[in-house]
Amino acid sequence: MNRRLSVFNVTSLVIGFAFLYLPILLLVIYSFNASRLVTVWGGFSTQWYGALFRNEALIDAAWVTLRIALLSATLATILGTLAALALTRYGRFPGRTLFTGMVYAPMVMPEVITGLSLLLFFVAVDFDRGFWTITLAHTTLTMCFVTVVVQSRLMTFDRSLEEAAMDLGAPPLRTFFSVTLPLIAPSIVAGFLLAFTLSMDDLVIASFNAGPGATTLPIKIYSAVRLGLSPEVNAASAILIGIVTLGVISATLLSKRSVLRSRRNAH
Amino acid sequence: MMDRSLTRRLTAGLVPAVPYLWLGLLFLVPFLIVLKISLSDPAVAQPPYKPVFEWSDISGFLGGLDLENFTLLVEDDLYFRATLSSVRIAAVSTLLLLIVGFPIAYGMARAPERYRSLLVAAIILPFWTSFLIRIYAWVAILKPEGLLTQALMGIGLISEPLDILNTETAVYIGIVYAYLPFMVLPLYATLEKMDDTLLEAALDLGSTPWRSFWTITVPLAMPGIIAGSLLCFIPAVGEFVIPDLLGGSETLMIGRQLWSEFFSNRDWPLASAVAILLLIVLVVPIVIYRDVEARRVEARP
Repeated sequence: MNRRLSVFNVTSLVIGFAFLYLPILLLVIYSFNASRLVTVWGGFSTQWYGALFRNEALIDAAWVTLRIALLSATLATILGTLAALALTRYGRFPGRTLFTGMVYAPMVMPEVITGLSLLLFFVAVDFDRGFWTITLAHTTLTMCFVTVVVQSRLMTFDRSLEEAAMDLGAPPLRTFFSVTLPLIAPSIVAGFLLAFTLSMDDLVIASFNAGPGATTLPIKIYSAVRLGLSPEVNAASAILIGIVTLGVISATLLSKRSVLRSRRNAH
Repeated sequence: MMDRSLTRRLTAGLVPAVPYLWLGLLFLVPFLIVLKISLSDPAVAQPPYKPVFEWSDISGFLGGLDLENFTLLVEDDLYFRATLSSVRIAAVSTLLLLIVGFPIAYGMARAPERYRSLLVAAIILPFWTSFLIRIYAWVAILKPEGLLTQALMGIGLISEPLDILNTETAVYIGIVYAYLPFMVLPLYATLEKMDDTLLEAALDLGSTPWRSFWTITVPLAMPGIIAGSLLCFIPAVGEFVIPDLLGGSETLMIGRQLWSEFFSNRDWPLASAVAILLLIVLVVPIVIYRDVEARRVEARP
């Protein structure tokens, strides 16, 4: 296909990406600002990073957030993969319409509604608010994202491989573990990462379902931000941005390598 | 033998049953509880509401049904104005997102093929970094003595500090910034598949580029436009973080109203009634979105 980038195309890409990346870049630059006034440059300093590592409440919150994210993303990956299988391999089972509704609705539902309704549920069943309520709430939200990611992979791959295994006498469970699972594994990993990030990132649902003793990092950052700009928040943000950037880049490189390897094997 | 196939069918049945039950218990039941509590009276207690309904007392429940909270929502025009202003802010933001997102998606779709996956990754990357942090970044940029004012005064474009933070403009900027990937990706997905020969044919037949854009590109990109718009509009209506951090006290939005009824006023029944109101506003777009999305996933080759 003969496509050419016009000046207009290049300009809109440059402006668009500048708009997306400049604010993040400024945030990181100003985390190295010596001045307590976040927007006035007072020379280079790493003092806020030091202050951050001495802030035990913040570090505790980071651990809680990480544990919730790992646990809820694991649960969400299992549930989401099962849901994706149900939607692609089970035809029209009873209540399928309700099921697709329940899978797609939480993804666009305003977080305030999801957060409030889950909290009222936990209160109604007399479940103490804290680590577990946030984990269950995040699992419920993120499993829907996993479902969609895995479902789109299940839709596109070659069904004849599964059928061949079954024809050769492999029982369904064995077929799943030795044929289907390896083929959909990349999408399961992608779904897990998405669920993990969404959980790490969530403020609203966690605020509704948090209890004494379980404060997550976004809740901490939010209450600091409400009091105004803080160089410590800039430093914490810069660290999070660094981790995410490294993670995404290494995931991209890994997937590129596995694509290359599978291409090589195919030849 | 028969025993074994029964076991197998039961095991196979678990695949849909487990996620089904999970979502039923933790998504559907909570909704019914919101509905129920929105009909009850507030109380100074823990939890701070008085149930109108014990499972053992169905007839008492039907008699004691109480639309008081909804009457309050109708009588106090605060909620009406908040709903209206949320829908307006979300609609304007969605339009702005289309205007900002379309040229970016178009540029991506026309870029040489080897760069495209890199561009897609670059659009998604900011989404992986915390939403809260990305909004926080704008506070430093938009505040009166902030970085935008400094930059514009530095190049002599303005002489007075800009006062954008705590206005509706700041909310628009925040929503466009935070939701841009959700608009660009569906648009890119449809634009990338577009057949360029159609545009060439139109130009050969004497159509102006502007006219071919409206008669060819836009109709062909319509699935992406609809998906992207719904994906941005629905959560924007219920947005809390952006109006709270960038909008100042004057920006009325319903998600924020729900938050303050719940956390500041501790009026759980009223907060539930506001949630139901928000849901009523969004039920039509959500149903359309679900159909569009289910069709898109299932129609994929």
